[in-house]
Amino acid sequence: MLCSACQKKEATVFLTEIVGDKTHKVDLCEACSKEKGASDPGAFALADLLHGLGASQEISPPGSEDLKCPNCGFTQADFKKSGRLGCSECYTTFAEGLEGLLKTMHRGTRHTGKMPQALMQTRALADKLKSLNKSLEKAIAEEDFERAAKLRDEIRQMNAKLKEVTV
Amino acid sequence: MRLNEFLSPAVEMCRRGDPRERIVLSSRVRLARNVKGLPFPGHAKKPDRVKSLEHILPAVEGLPQMERHFAAAMDTLTAMDKQLLVERHLISREHAAKSAGSGIVFNGEESACVMINEEDHLRMQAILPGLQVRQAWALIDQVDTELEKRLDFAFSPELGYLTACPTNVGTGIRVSAMLHLPGLVLAEQINPIIQSVNKLHLAVRGLYGEGTEALGNIFQVSNQTTLGESEAAIVERINKVLAQIIEHEENARAKLLETKPKVVFNHIGRAYGILGNAHSISSKETMNLLSLLRLGMDLGMFPGVERTLVDELFLTTQPAHLQQQHVKKLDTDERDLLRADMMRERLGRVGKPDHTVIKPPPADDAATN
Repeated sequence: MLCSACQKKEATVFLTEIVGDKTHKVDLCEACSKEKGASDPGAFALADLLHGLGASQEISPPGSEDLKCPNCGFTQADFKKSGRLGCSECYTTFAEGLEGLLKTMHRGTRHTGKMPQALMQTRALADKLKSLNKSLEKAIAEEDFERAAKLRDEIRQMNAKLKEVTV
Repeated sequence: MRLNEFLSPAVEMCRRGDPRERIVLSSRVRLARNVKGLPFPGHAKKPDRVKSLEHILPAVEGLPQMERHFAAAMDTLTAMDKQLLVERHLISREHAAKSAGSGIVFNGEESACVMINEEDHLRMQAILPGLQVRQAWALIDQVDTELEKRLDFAFSPELGYLTACPTNVGTGIRVSAMLHLPGLVLAEQINPIIQSVNKLHLAVRGLYGEGTEALGNIFQVSNQTTLGESEAAIVERINKVLAQIIEHEENARAKLLETKPKVVFNHIGRAYGILGNAHSISSKETMNLLSLLRLGMDLGMFPGVERTLVDELFLTTQPAHLQQQHVKKLDTDERDLLRADMMRERLGRVGKPDHTVIKPPPADDAATN
């Protein structure tokens, strides 16, 4: 998790402020926590800090504040209000702005977990197809036409299978 | 079938756990999933939500894991039904506030449960008694694999499963365990523990999740990050931390008995006295005192009494469960009276706590102190 102030160093100071029934959380690196006076409870106001960090709530890149999701009509203003996105397409629409936000929220920026099985199958087939095509090129270059014919048939079969899964 | 008739009796629910389990009350794994292209529930208009519910509900009901199940649209449930489901931890408080366009499906064992159109299109969870985080993940993983054959989930190879809130994107997983930590609370060590757990990017919350109090010394520990780590890695990370918290709790109990036995006996004895003799008692006070009674049972101060009694009372004295046992609509004051009646009756058969079962520390230790 990166420091939410400088977005550069790893956060080591975690602050939680509870006002009424609302909880605010901020993660800071050593340097920023000192600079913001986080170690001195008297001088430190999380609310001010959160305002200063307004950037983390922006999902539209500067200059394109009127960006709108073509699928659901969701805008930057909607995100500011709810902190939630409009639909799965929003992740593509606001990809640029979300990147920084996700960096501060999570341990990494790339998914390494479970995948839908159908997708895994198509990926495996696509990988296999790629390697078959390579072998085919090699066989042709080496003028091993018997092998090339075999590979060509295999590629045809594979293409048909891939079509089946993706439809 | 009506919800009342479908839910297992509280006493049966409480017998499902391992009786040797002293600290971990339950383990839970939930996954957030959404259907590709449809607006997320929070951004969808009511007709869209109704439509997506109609699309998702039959897919969930047809799951092999849901052979015997209860299913309902939230607008068909009464306020009391919803509160019952919250008290059983089958739905969140947020989901209880939903009506048309949201739904719920759960199985007969109450171990697998799917909320439809909560914050995401699907919030599916597995809940198992005791420390069974790995088993809960295995169960909900199966449900998810079956469901992805029937629904087209929003998934990106880079970002994983796409969720309404960016804090859940990736695996969409929340792994959590409910812990009973009276020792750490009495020893005033709970705050440093919470702080160090927070440093590991894990959250500590109260009984009913986000923004709730730790009633009855019960705390929920869960992961906060969902992207960049596999599900199995998150499960193992939580498991490790849980093992450490359990150890700290056991140590805190042992230390308390060694250094301040009278404080412990005093708390337990007073809890027994009030619960067994009160004529009006709030749900909050009941939970806090039952926690001390449970501690007394863990320490062996109530020989011959099953701990499931406390767990059952913990559930049946909560507002909706109490109301469920009475035909007439009760107000808060009436519930406080009936709760005390029930408590006196049930504890009437439980003998006084016996502190002599706990051996004093060896004499040489006492001399050096």
